[in-house]
Amino acid sequence: MRATTPMIEVRGLGKMFTLHNQGGMRLPVLEAVDFDAAAGDCLVLAGPSGTGKSTLLRCLYGNYLATEGSIRVRSGNEWIEMVGAPEQRILALRRDTIGYVSQFLRVIPRVAALDVVAEPLRAAGVDAEEARARAAALLQRLNVPARLWGLAPATFSGGEQQRVNIARGFIARHPVLLLDEPTASLDADNRKVVIELIREARAQGRCLLGIFHDAEVRDAVATQTLELRPALAATADMEQ
Amino acid sequence: MNAQPLLSVRNMTRTWDGVHGCRNVSFDLYPGEVLCVVGESGSGKSTLLSAVSYQTRPDAGSVWYDTRDQGFTDLAALPGARLRLLSRTDWGFVRQNARDGLRMQVSAGANIAERLMAVGDRHYGELRRVAGNWLQKMEIDAGRLDDRPVSFSGGMQQRLQIARNLVTHPRLVFMDEPTASLDVSVQARLLDLLRQLVTDLGLAAIVVTHDLAVARLLAHRTLVMRGGEVVESGLTDQILDDPQHPYTQLLVSSILQS
Repeated sequence: MRATTPMIEVRGLGKMFTLHNQGGMRLPVLEAVDFDAAAGDCLVLAGPSGTGKSTLLRCLYGNYLATEGSIRVRSGNEWIEMVGAPEQRILALRRDTIGYVSQFLRVIPRVAALDVVAEPLRAAGVDAEEARARAAALLQRLNVPARLWGLAPATFSGGEQQRVNIARGFIARHPVLLLDEPTASLDADNRKVVIELIREARAQGRCLLGIFHDAEVRDAVATQTLELRPALAATADMEQ
Repeated sequence: MNAQPLLSVRNMTRTWDGVHGCRNVSFDLYPGEVLCVVGESGSGKSTLLSAVSYQTRPDAGSVWYDTRDQGFTDLAALPGARLRLLSRTDWGFVRQNARDGLRMQVSAGANIAERLMAVGDRHYGELRRVAGNWLQKMEIDAGRLDDRPVSFSGGMQQRLQIARNLVTHPRLVFMDEPTASLDVSVQARLLDLLRQLVTDLGLAAIVVTHDLAVARLLAHRTLVMRGGEVVESGLTDQILDDPQHPYTQLLVSSILQS
């Protein structure tokens, strides 16, 4: 039952970048991408670098604008078309449906790690105390030492920052979670924790899509793989 | 999703000489949303802010606001007295230089209490208590209540200016370069404070800034202005990571990488 509840339907998705200040060069990155993902799935995006794996994730988050095609996401009992949706709609989806763990943590300087992690919960209306308690539990699980929780992550090591970022992405338990190389700078122990988190999320009927360069992690979490192919070569098109 | 916008701007034009200013601006702002207006000096950002807030009347187009008592209202139809009441209770104004937004010759407490007194609050003890609370909320020692803002640092003055505005629980705050005159370290703290206030109080805000990093950290949505017109609008991270308009692409590619 769970594994068959569809969560995302992507059809004919294309993304082309037009570089207006470089002679109007057009860079096609995604072409005619189709896939479905369901609750309980972990869809792994595969393919050599430059085939648009991160670009695809960003389109699914509304961070990049798709050039053509359709991205439909289930939010509660409704299907929402993201391509061309009003900004309000995308913001609402990000609050209650789609979470995203980016490759790099980008936050207000001088905000404590605990509050950085708690923020998505705060935005969803959870009170400050509960949000912090849940943030603390997650940081603990990801082996971020308690003495760092009150400090701003800017001074943390790459691995520590990434774990703060993972905690921030997982904490609000979004039904759809996008992961851009979440384990890239983690040691073996912490990779295991992330694998557990992903498996738990799957068991809870959440739908995950991710990029994992680490084969061990990929094999441990994937339920299906989407192989991306390079789009046609860039074309230089002089604009008027 | 909020079905009803708090503020709705349609085809608004306000120019100083027929050319300079802002032209044909349309956007909606929803409760709890922060909207940044970015663009270089002279692009019409500040004119947009003052026309949207009816500090100067638009030449053409309309601005609608969801007033507490009459619902969605065309501001052009509001009598001057009602507009003034709106702007000192339901709206706040944070200026780039705190000196322009504060009364420098009266105490910090009096600066905060002024808007309350303007709407009829007279109880001295209560006014002091409320003012003291707001100082603490702004991370200013409550013992500074009787000090004049001239003795405050720039960052403290800016926080005092915010307290002075928020004391009447406005739903919409207009800010013109609120962090531009501050040291970088103080800027970060003020940004964090603003973001907390927006989350905790459900404030909506329109923030004019030339600093794209401020927009990224503070704003849900961004309007990009050039030559008096809005050339692009969208989610802030989309505007910065996948800009569509040639001017926005130029602006974004000019950011210094740290």
